[in-house]
Amino acid sequence: MKNFLALLLTLFLGYMIIASLSNNEAFPKYGEADVSSRVSQRYIDRNVTENPGEVLYGEATNLESGSANTIAAIVTDYRSFDTLGEVTVLTVSALGVALLLGGAKQSRIELNFKPNFMLRVGSRALFGIILMTGMYISIHGHLTPGGGFPGGSMIASSLLLLYLADDEFRANIKGVKVIQSVAGSAYVIAGLLGLFIGTYFLENLLDTAVLGDLFSAGMIPIIYVLIGFKVGSEISRIIDNFLTEESV
Amino acid sequence: MLQYVAIVLIMLGLYGLLTQRNIIKIIVSLNILEIGVNLFIVSVGFVDGGLAPIFTSTYNSSVDFSFVDPLPQALVLTAIVIGVGTTALGLALAKNIYQKYGTFEIDEMGEE
Repeated sequence: MKNFLALLLTLFLGYMIIASLSNNEAFPKYGEADVSSRVSQRYIDRNVTENPGEVLYGEATNLESGSANTIAAIVTDYRSFDTLGEVTVLTVSALGVALLLGGAKQSRIELNFKPNFMLRVGSRALFGIILMTGMYISIHGHLTPGGGFPGGSMIASSLLLLYLADDEFRANIKGVKVIQSVAGSAYVIAGLLGLFIGTYFLENLLDTAVLGDLFSAGMIPIIYVLIGFKVGSEISRIIDNFLTEESV
Repeated sequence: MLQYVAIVLIMLGLYGLLTQRNIIKIIVSLNILEIGVNLFIVSVGFVDGGLAPIFTSTYNSSVDFSFVDPLPQALVLTAIVIGVGTTALGLALAKNIYQKYGTFEIDEMGEE
């Protein structure tokens, strides 16, 4: 009976959502979004506050936001304050996991199988490749798809591989904590620098250079690498908390 | 059409949240709900034949092309990682509950 009521409720809610969205002029049909009438067009053309000229790959200089990847420009430049908030949410959830699962003396959870020599050596070789790919994606966040968030997750997944392939392995959690704190503080300090040297919090102080170069877009690559370290160390800590237990 | 699939996913997640009495199943429902919301947000910005909003050397302003909306993608990019964090927190709570009661079923708790 209760399940039936829940089914009725969800069907009713779903019908209401679909009815309100279909034949609604403000809501575009799938694939027919009119980007030019939205605020997003200003992010693409980089003319939110001023008009610096046409955005041309390899030519345009001194743009409002010099990142070739528009998503990176939004995440770490136009809406960097939002991103700082979301990184804080991730920090708080990682702290919550540590509070719930962490204890005084921690040791590895026993795996159900004994990893053999080949698995341990092979996973170590793969670890380096995955770690390097994660770093690459973090550093090139302003030029290619990806950025700090996927790159950080990739760094953490390389650690997870070692945890699963070796029943003795334990990451240097103290070092991970240091990376997490330093990256988080550096993000806030970068914001405060903008406040003190420039005019507003998280202002892009550095020169934006030529669109498409590796050393371009001012603060964006720096902030994205910091986010990569922060996300990577936090998810590594979560993984470590789940795969260890209090030793008896 | 993808938008309706996303709405169906959201409703599936909501139904799971309302009916399931197992903590792991509740967390899985929450994840389905979250994937549905993320898909819906991304689908709002899709343009037929649109390119990823990244300037590269292969196309310049003389060629006629259109970008998909970058704003929903930027929002979802961060939301995915936040989803991982909240799921981890939920699973940590579930682990503690299992250690205390020895079961994941809400109905069987408190009976000892």
